[in-house]
Amino acid sequence: MTRRQTARQLRVPLTVRAVHAGAALLAAGALAHVLWSGLHERGVALAFGALVLVGELARRSDATRGDDRGGAVREREPAPLGAAGALAYALLGENAGHATHHGVLQVVAVAAAAFLAGAVPHLARGRAPTLDHMARRVLTIAFAAVLFQPLYNSGKSAELIGHGPYYALWLVVIVALTGLCDAVLAAALVRARTRWPFGPLLRDELRAKRGIGSAVGASGAVMALAVAVAGLWALPLFCLPLLLTQLSFSRYAAVRTTYRQTITSLARATEIAGYTPQGHARRVAALSRAVGHDLGLSGADLVVLEYAALMHDIGQLSLVDPVRHGATADLPAVEQRRIALLGGAVVRQTGVPADVAVVVERQADPYRDQPLTARIVRAANAYDEMARGEGPGGPLAALERLRLATGRDYQPEVVESLARVLSRGGLAPAGG
Amino acid sequence: MRSVPLWAGVYIGLLAIGAALCAAPAFDSSAGTPWSEFALLAVLYTGCEQITRSRLVGRRAPRGMVGFFPVLLAGVFLMPPAAAALVAVPGAALARVERRPVLPRRIWRPARYAVACWAAAQVHVALGGRQLLAAGSPAAPDFPVALAPAAAAALVFALVVAALDGGVLATAERVPLRSAWRGLFPRSLAPVLVHGFAGLMMAVLWRSPYGPLAALLVLLPMYVSCWVFAQYHRERAAHQATIRALVQAVDIKDEYTRGHSERVGEASVLIARELGMEDERVEVLRFAGILHDVGKLGVPTRLLRKDGPLTPEERRVIELHPEYGHEMVRGIGFLGEARSAILHHHERLDGSGYPYGLVGRQIPEFARVVAVADAFDAMTSTRSYRRGRPVADALTELKRCAGRQFDPQMVRALVRALGRHGWCPAVTSDEPEPQQRAAAQAAPAPMPTPAPVPRPRGDHAPLAGDRPR
Repeated sequence: MTRRQTARQLRVPLTVRAVHAGAALLAAGALAHVLWSGLHERGVALAFGALVLVGELARRSDATRGDDRGGAVREREPAPLGAAGALAYALLGENAGHATHHGVLQVVAVAAAAFLAGAVPHLARGRAPTLDHMARRVLTIAFAAVLFQPLYNSGKSAELIGHGPYYALWLVVIVALTGLCDAVLAAALVRARTRWPFGPLLRDELRAKRGIGSAVGASGAVMALAVAVAGLWALPLFCLPLLLTQLSFSRYAAVRTTYRQTITSLARATEIAGYTPQGHARRVAALSRAVGHDLGLSGADLVVLEYAALMHDIGQLSLVDPVRHGATADLPAVEQRRIALLGGAVVRQTGVPADVAVVVERQADPYRDQPLTARIVRAANAYDEMARGEGPGGPLAALERLRLATGRDYQPEVVESLARVLSRGGLAPAGG
Repeated sequence: MRSVPLWAGVYIGLLAIGAALCAAPAFDSSAGTPWSEFALLAVLYTGCEQITRSRLVGRRAPRGMVGFFPVLLAGVFLMPPAAAALVAVPGAALARVERRPVLPRRIWRPARYAVACWAAAQVHVALGGRQLLAAGSPAAPDFPVALAPAAAAALVFALVVAALDGGVLATAERVPLRSAWRGLFPRSLAPVLVHGFAGLMMAVLWRSPYGPLAALLVLLPMYVSCWVFAQYHRERAAHQATIRALVQAVDIKDEYTRGHSERVGEASVLIARELGMEDERVEVLRFAGILHDVGKLGVPTRLLRKDGPLTPEERRVIELHPEYGHEMVRGIGFLGEARSAILHHHERLDGSGYPYGLVGRQIPEFARVVAVADAFDAMTSTRSYRRGRPVADALTELKRCAGRQFDPQMVRALVRALGRHGWCPAVTSDEPEPQQRAAAQAAPAPMPTPAPVPRPRGDHAPLAGDRPR
């Protein structure tokens, strides 16, 4: 953790605080209510609590790891089993044909207790789930329970929907709404912290729901239905497919992490070889991502942006002599283009998406011929090269030089976005 | 079109007849086949097959996930045996066939699943699974007793599929029957059990008041898991390509050593297997071998390509490459022990190596392996400035330096491994110039070079093989 990040965490935006406080109040209230009035259907509550607890204990402890700026490996759902179990309890109306009577508060209490208990071992290892994540989950479960339990317990849903196929359909609708609520909440939290545009963030969150989110939602609904038909025996049976999903996901996440590490070290090769200054590739990547977010890029584009930024100087490896300080922005255009093409050729061999190679190849082209991702990387690269070594006035002078070259080399919108990102102080100018 | 071996044709033909016999009773009007339920399941299975093989998931369906078993097994639990046999037929017959010959595969796949489903359904019926799915009144599944017949049926399904697969391997590919069967069943066991329970849940929900829609929801997590698995494979392939690119970047700089890295990886694996390391460590050691010279990226190209002797100053710069390499791969978590091998692969047992001059057991095990593999390949491969030496010569030289420069244990392991498997490096890191590759592989290469010019090379200069003779 850098000092910068700590500082950012100290001034938590109001929205975030409100969400945290709301979730904490809700959980505390629910727990107090249950302690006061006791549990309905103790066996069922304990079984679901145990399921959620097991899911929490099995969560991937590396899930909340990410680089500064919430890198590409940010996990959407680190404990799918726990989430699905809690959702199933929120949607549970019957146990083996007998109606259950637990209300919204009991659902929240059981889920929150299991979440908290499950977080203890992770806390001991110093890898606690983030507050955002906990708060989001408590609120989401409460949302699902509010949609389902009152209507069911009052007997209205039996009147309106009956107890056949439409009941299953109703659960599916609730699950979909819950997913939407969770995505909005997550996007709002990120928005409050980073001031990135809300639309693309929401789109990202919704897109991520297609994967493990849909599996969790479907499992929650199926568990609720299966327990209604077959009793609590359905729970362990249903852990299996979801555990399989969790296993696949953790392997996927692991290989993604190593892949990123490999690309980062490939990028470091140019620094160690003395072609580029220390930390240049990493800074350009972080800056490009920030600008990409500011311009409303999402998901796949941001990954392309990051990989391309990390590898944009790779072409220099094939030069016999290094360019002085790696400052390619000051080279003649022909030479720049040659290096870009060489780099593209190397990148094509690395197995990253072809878009990344295109970004690297087009680095030296006028911005009108470039895709947006290439424009961003080019501007960020030039800024980092120019701002270095010009003393305290470096960043301003560099921005000024970029603005002067917006006729041909840099897109004006990208340069303005870069200025916005820098003025927020999210990134210190190049050092070293 | 490639012709099918005669025995394989006969085998598939017999299997198809068998499948037809299994399914025939379904068409008997007295059998009471529930055709509407059947149609729903068959359409569902066809849809699943199409989705799993479409671009959404990725062209290469991962192994062990071929075929969407939960639907088939739900059919096994719900339908009479003859109808259960039919559920798989349309989906498996219509699924895309990637490899030729197409027609035999289009017959083979549905027949295989039909026979397996029929056998599983027979077992399920015989064990009384049908009554247990809807017992008492109001009808409710009798858990946990209902699990036993379901598990038995899933096992039979896996067993039949494995047996039939082994048969087709034996007839079509001429694999000996025993090695064809080995491992087929144990490998499919865990997935089939999971799929079996998912199928059971589907069957239970299908029969419940909530109906087939609820059953459909069971498939979503399975589908997502399958999708993620395919993503995992794709990402892993990309990762390996990136590692290769790292190696290639070294090759671009240091033209003399093309393919050297990959071969050192292979030789390291030979030694590791001989020492009886676990598979995981062997894999890491392969990476250690492949990446051992990655630090050369940090050495100026001019120096690596320099003709003529190096000054002491230049040699010192080249000798920095283990440290550069370590710095470069420091952040790659999965390399683990390989990172220390990259740092220490030029250490010598007597302490005269670099960068730290470690002695004996202070040198990490992986580094001692890579050092032997590196020296071996440096001696046996032909470079543009000299011929490669025969394998036997190189081994003699290694034995001579064992104890002083190399760990005798590693040298012995390499000698034993080569005695058993021989030395035929299969790959070079890149294959841009096939001739060059062939030249690098064939030790007494018929190269038109008049006389190998002995050139001291910076990195291996004091090495046994490059010593001026």
